[in-house]
Amino acid sequence: AEMAAARLSGTENRLVSLPLSRIRVIMKSSPEVSSINQDALFLTAKATELFVQYLATYSYKHGRGKEKNALTYTDLSHTAEECETFQFLADILPKKILASKYLKMLEKEKRDGEVREDHDEGEEEEDEDEA
Amino acid sequence: MAERPEDLNLPNAVITRIIKEALPEGVNISKEARSAISRAASVFVLYATSCANNFAMKGKRKTLNAGDVLSAMEEMEFQRFVAPLKESLEVYRREQKGKKEARKDKDKKADSEEQDKSREEDNDDDDERMEEEEQNDEEEVDN
Repeated sequence: AEMAAARLSGTENRLVSLPLSRIRVIMKSSPEVSSINQDALFLTAKATELFVQYLATYSYKHGRGKEKNALTYTDLSHTAEECETFQFLADILPKKILASKYLKMLEKEKRDGEVREDHDEGEEEEDEDEA
Repeated sequence: MAERPEDLNLPNAVITRIIKEALPEGVNISKEARSAISRAASVFVLYATSCANNFAMKGKRKTLNAGDVLSAMEEMEFQRFVAPLKESLEVYRREQKGKKEARKDKDKKADSEEQDKSREEDNDDDDERMEEEEQNDEEEVDN
C-alpha cells in the first residue's frame, strides 16, 4: 500500500503532505459546518494539494511576466483575472498598479460623481456583504 | 467571516515543496508568489468546504462526507481532480483499515499482558489465559 501511495503522489513518500489538523481548523472556521468525516477531511487536503499544483503550473504556463524561468505574483493575478475557474481568487490576488495610476483613477471616479456600490477597490473601511 | 484568510494559513515549507515539485526544474518562485499561492490554498479550502456543506445540507446531513467533497469539486469546475481524488481515497481507506487492524492486534496484546500482570498478583488459574500467556512469552521478546 505504501508503494502505491508513493507512486500516486509523485516523489512524496506520503499520500498527502498538507497536515490534516490544519486543514480541519480552516474547515471548521466556517460557522455552518458541524462535523467533518475523516474521508472528507482527507479529500479536502488532497484536493488542496492538487489545487496548488494546478494554480502554479497554469500560472507559469500562461503568465505574461517578463521572466521565463520564474513564477511571479503577476502571473498569478493574471490567472485569477483571466481564467474563469480561478476567478474566485480575484479579490485576494488583485492586480498591482502604479500608485500614480491609482490616484488618477480615484480622481476620475470623483469627477464622475457616482458612488458605484460594486466597486470598492482600495477602500478597506467598507465591508462588502457576501450573500 | 469571523476570521480573515490570513489567520488560517498552511505551512510554508509544505506549500513550497508542492509548488516546486509541480513546476519544471530550475524555475524560481518569488516569495510573493509563494505567499499568494498559500493564501489562495486557504481560500480554496474555505470555498470547497462551503460548497461541500451545501451538498450535505441538501442531503439533510450534518456531517460532511467524501461524496460532498467530490460533488463540490465538480461544482467548482475542478472536475479534473475527481479521478485522482477517488484513487487517493482508495489508498487512504486501505491504509486506515490496515492501521485499525494493527491497533486491534496491539490492544489484544496489551490486554493479555495486563491479564498477565494481574495473574501474578492473584494467582488465578484460567485455562484461556494460560494459553494466551504462552503466546505472550514469545511476543514480549519482540517488544
